[in-house]
Amino acid sequence: MVLALILLVPLAASLLALGNHRVAPWITLVATLIVLLLSGRAIWAVVDAGTVSALGGVLTLDPLAALYLGLVAFVGFTAALYSVGYLAARRAGQTEGDSTPRYRQYHPLFNVFLASMLAVPLAANLAVVWIAIELTTIFSAFLVAYEDSAEALEAAWKYVALTSMGAMIALLGVLLLYFGITNAGQAPTWAGLGLAAPGMAPAILVTSFVLWLVGFGAKAGLVPMHTWLPDAHSQAPASICAVLSGVETSGALYMLLRIYPSLSANPGIVNPQGWYLVVGLVTVATASLLILQVQDFKRLFAYSTIEHMGIVLAACGLGAGAHDLGATYQFFAHALTKSFCFYAAGLAVIVLGTQRIDVAGGLMKRSPLAGWSLLLGGIAIAGAPPFALFVSEFEILRTGFTAHQYLATGLLTVFIVLAFIAVMYQLGQVVFGETTDAAAAPVSPLPLTCRAALLIAAVPVLVFGVYLPPRLGELIRAAAMLMGGAP
Amino acid sequence: MQLAWSLDGLIAALFAVFGLGMIVTRQMLGVLQLFILHSLALAASALVLAVALGSPHLGWVAFITLTTKVIAVPLVLRWAAGSEIYERREVDQVLTIPISVLVAAGLALIAWVVAGPLVNAIHDRPFAAINVPTGLMSLLFGAFTVSVRREGVAQLMGLLIMESGAFFASIVLIHDLSVIVEVAAAIDVPIAVLVIGLLIRNINRVTGMTRVGLLAELRERR
Repeated sequence: MVLALILLVPLAASLLALGNHRVAPWITLVATLIVLLLSGRAIWAVVDAGTVSALGGVLTLDPLAALYLGLVAFVGFTAALYSVGYLAARRAGQTEGDSTPRYRQYHPLFNVFLASMLAVPLAANLAVVWIAIELTTIFSAFLVAYEDSAEALEAAWKYVALTSMGAMIALLGVLLLYFGITNAGQAPTWAGLGLAAPGMAPAILVTSFVLWLVGFGAKAGLVPMHTWLPDAHSQAPASICAVLSGVETSGALYMLLRIYPSLSANPGIVNPQGWYLVVGLVTVATASLLILQVQDFKRLFAYSTIEHMGIVLAACGLGAGAHDLGATYQFFAHALTKSFCFYAAGLAVIVLGTQRIDVAGGLMKRSPLAGWSLLLGGIAIAGAPPFALFVSEFEILRTGFTAHQYLATGLLTVFIVLAFIAVMYQLGQVVFGETTDAAAAPVSPLPLTCRAALLIAAVPVLVFGVYLPPRLGELIRAAAMLMGGAP
Repeated sequence: MQLAWSLDGLIAALFAVFGLGMIVTRQMLGVLQLFILHSLALAASALVLAVALGSPHLGWVAFITLTTKVIAVPLVLRWAAGSEIYERREVDQVLTIPISVLVAAGLALIAWVVAGPLVNAIHDRPFAAINVPTGLMSLLFGAFTVSVRREGVAQLMGLLIMESGAFFASIVLIHDLSVIVEVAAAIDVPIAVLVIGLLIRNINRVTGMTRVGLLAELRERR
């Protein structure tokens, strides 16, 4: 019942928000809070029982799915809270001649977008999971195009065209896998895949995987299918960027992580790690170089998302257990940290009135809260200690070197360090750079809900690098075991 | 059974020809008509397989394809994107028609080569040798259409023939998709067409054109 309610609450909120746009932000906020609490309860049950199901097995939740569900629910709640003040501030900052944002459509769409993302970990049937992923793109298209400008619509089109093309490629992979699982007498679920994979014809499994890698890779922003990601993030509101980067792209990566143990379990497939390693390293390398030359700090965080997707894939490719705890923790920590980064970037846009690095500057002087937030987000996302991403990246690199994967791990280290330097250099200009005359206007107080969302989002970023609550630790370890090939 | 093999082979050939036609046709209305024929071929193949294999689920697939792609999609698209979209005679594309035909021939060859090991692995499935390579070919034709067409509606048609290709290949493999999947798939396509159609209409309103391939405001500043 709890699992069904997690899906029904945002759908109901969407209908209510459609009916009354004045209270829509508060309806969304209450709905996302309920979803967060229900998700917490479901996750608690998963830690106790391993897997929980509802509606006769239509919905199911295992530890890896529960981890992703928790991330979607948490980021969804903070994004809803952030949206209340952020959208109002952006509307107040509009000048004559600007396009009219889609304010009335924002909250109904946000809720159905959230519902489709929540369906990804909850749906048991693999074909339904694919439909949920496809719907995340469809429902978020007009959220990316929120500003209704030519640039925003262009970004939305690129986003829809490229990720939908990827989804169609992945569809054939899903259906092939569906056949492979049901042909082995198993249910078309993740558990069924785990049981069917060792005896499945390698041609079916490999073809499905390659189609997934290209198809879901486009949605996850893997190079060279990444081009939609910086454009969409430069145009979408910061609250939507937080959801897109924090959990939507991770949803596609989640699919690639879930198929990984099945590839390893099939004796007819030679070196499945090679695919993950090559694509992961190319993605990290490209993103690191692009971060260095980017001139927009929202695009910078988008490239950073591409980098982190690559790190998780490369961790799977390094094998030897790097994919277990390191990749799982990286997947988890990135979602939390990146959403915080976009909240900070949104405040910086409100304060500076621009997101261009070459004209922005002096953020710390103009608004210490926005300045410190952006700096903290930059340090955390770049993987500096004592933040959670440092722990996961250190674990991945340590395991890689321990497994004598010197070349691959060495390259990964170089690219991570390069990205660290690039992020710090670029954000340093925004936070500490010279204030331009254009940016000398007085700063109005930052919206209360934005500050509250930033504070809530900061807690896991600050805490999880040094302390992990025992039950959360149990969940992450159980999720890592699923990635390690346990049935 | 022999009749079913012959019929499915004929339908697969038509499915491939309609897909190729969508790549080379310059008129927008022609592209839409070919898409309807392409969808009809998918429904016909599902119907033939439903009868030949005694699978009522494939009958449902045929019915859903007819109601969504043949009837609902053109109506929804016309409503969402605006009927004036079809009045434009020429559809812009990046490559010339002869080069597109050449690339399509290459894609057809790739589809047959890639499908080879797959067909070997599922040789016990009747009709797999026909439907799997043809479906894969349509998937690649669709991806090519999205990549080279500059017109929004033509790109959307490319996405839809990709989806049809995936289903054309898989109806020989999966004869019993669960009801929830069938219902969800039936809802998914019209919603996608509605949203993408509205996006095209808004692009037309703001930029004065639907040639999305020419949108180039967003790029890295140096």
